[in-house]
Amino acid sequence: MAEMQIKPITMNFGPQHPAAHGVLRLVLEMDGEVIERADPHIGLLHRGTEKLIEHKTYLQALPYFDRLDYVSPMNQEHAWALAVEKALGIEVPRRAQYIRVLYCEIGRILNHLLNLTTFAIDVGAMTPLLWGFEEREHLMGFYERACGARLHAAYFRPGGVHQDLPDDLLRDINNWAKKFPDFIQDMETLLSENRIFKQRTVDIGVISEEDALSLGMTGPCLRGSGVAWDLRKNQPYDAYDEMDFDIPIGKTGDCPT
Amino acid sequence: MNENDLIDEAGIASESPLQIMADHLREIGQGIVLSSGIIHGEIELQVNAGTVAQLLMLVRDDRQAAFTQLIDLTAVDYPERKDRFDVVYQMLSMSNNMRLRVVATVGEGQTVPSVTGVFMAANWAEREVWDMFGIFFSGHPDLRRLLTDYGFEGHPLRKDFPLTGHVEVRYDDTQRRVINEPVHLVQEFRDFDFLSPWEGMHNELGGNAAKADPDKTAK
Repeated sequence: MAEMQIKPITMNFGPQHPAAHGVLRLVLEMDGEVIERADPHIGLLHRGTEKLIEHKTYLQALPYFDRLDYVSPMNQEHAWALAVEKALGIEVPRRAQYIRVLYCEIGRILNHLLNLTTFAIDVGAMTPLLWGFEEREHLMGFYERACGARLHAAYFRPGGVHQDLPDDLLRDINNWAKKFPDFIQDMETLLSENRIFKQRTVDIGVISEEDALSLGMTGPCLRGSGVAWDLRKNQPYDAYDEMDFDIPIGKTGDCPT
Repeated sequence: MNENDLIDEAGIASESPLQIMADHLREIGQGIVLSSGIIHGEIELQVNAGTVAQLLMLVRDDRQAAFTQLIDLTAVDYPERKDRFDVVYQMLSMSNNMRLRVVATVGEGQTVPSVTGVFMAANWAEREVWDMFGIFFSGHPDLRRLLTDYGFEGHPLRKDFPLTGHVEVRYDDTQRRVINEPVHLVQEFRDFDFLSPWEGMHNELGGNAAKADPDKTAK
């Protein structure tokens, strides 16, 4: 059979698509299974938060930040609270700082559980999602006991938090934290060395260190490309300077890191 | 003790690293930097819009400064000023653990040279600023709107853009498609004055809030 030159296909993905998380439209140029070029239309989920809070006070603006990232709401509130505190020169009480750090970390676990498990479902693994969401239920229970809401917490305030934690909550979080490493171990057995998972992720979407810096990347994506930078270590806010923790740094900058 | 003002063992006030860096930046940006200062532990440099790309490249490539990351690029609208916009570049130096803010004042209709050639991160950020404020970036590879709807008119983050917008979207049953039509408010737009004890009622009651803003009482 004669060799044929195949023209790249331009494909429209979304705005509504069962495999898209949220409302995202991508115009893709595909060469077989490889995406040659992508033009993301990201504005369909834009809510005009900045415009809305032009008409609000600092305290009233806070709940909008839950909605920016609804899988780690308190971390978004924290950013707002820290910005207001920095601008106004407010000192936060010690206990509130600890509570905020505790809930930020719970938020990060919540976020990573959703991120990792839905990533797994996108590459074809169903079980991690079901297991992960069970753990998320425990954590959202802690959210609920602190602030009354499972998702949109509105718990942090510029200057501290809304109210103190109820009795027994800290004990329950401690009990949960003792059991959680077992769950991580289970996840490891499901994903880390899974052949299909590795085939579909290793060496895919590699971002070099140079690109990561030039793109202004931060957080886990930047560390995935091998840059040792974490604001909790480098510019510790609240009580992070008293905490003892390690931060993993990636090497390759591809999907699994 | 002031954080910007460390005292050494001999009791002589020595310059903080932040101050040294600010001086260094002023030195390498000679003729470009209009003024500099330290605000909330971050260095702030004022420059002309035309020289921003040049300065950003200088502070990125200078070995001592090494502001290798453009964290954010945004704008601020001050409608009462003659040159109403400030384009703000937030930079980060990881090796020095310092932040730098570069501010360029821009008038309406004035173009700003794009910095996409210096930092890839500027690509979408400049599209967003164009979309939200209507500041044009010359030399940008693909300056389309980023966030607003297809066919949107106006620049929402300008202070003279109304909160409700100009058009609203609904599905029209007779035409069987989604249509845009001018915003129809079923009641007058209420912008509450939350500092007043008579929230939103100062039109009727007068009081301190009304005295502060005579326009609202005059009907």
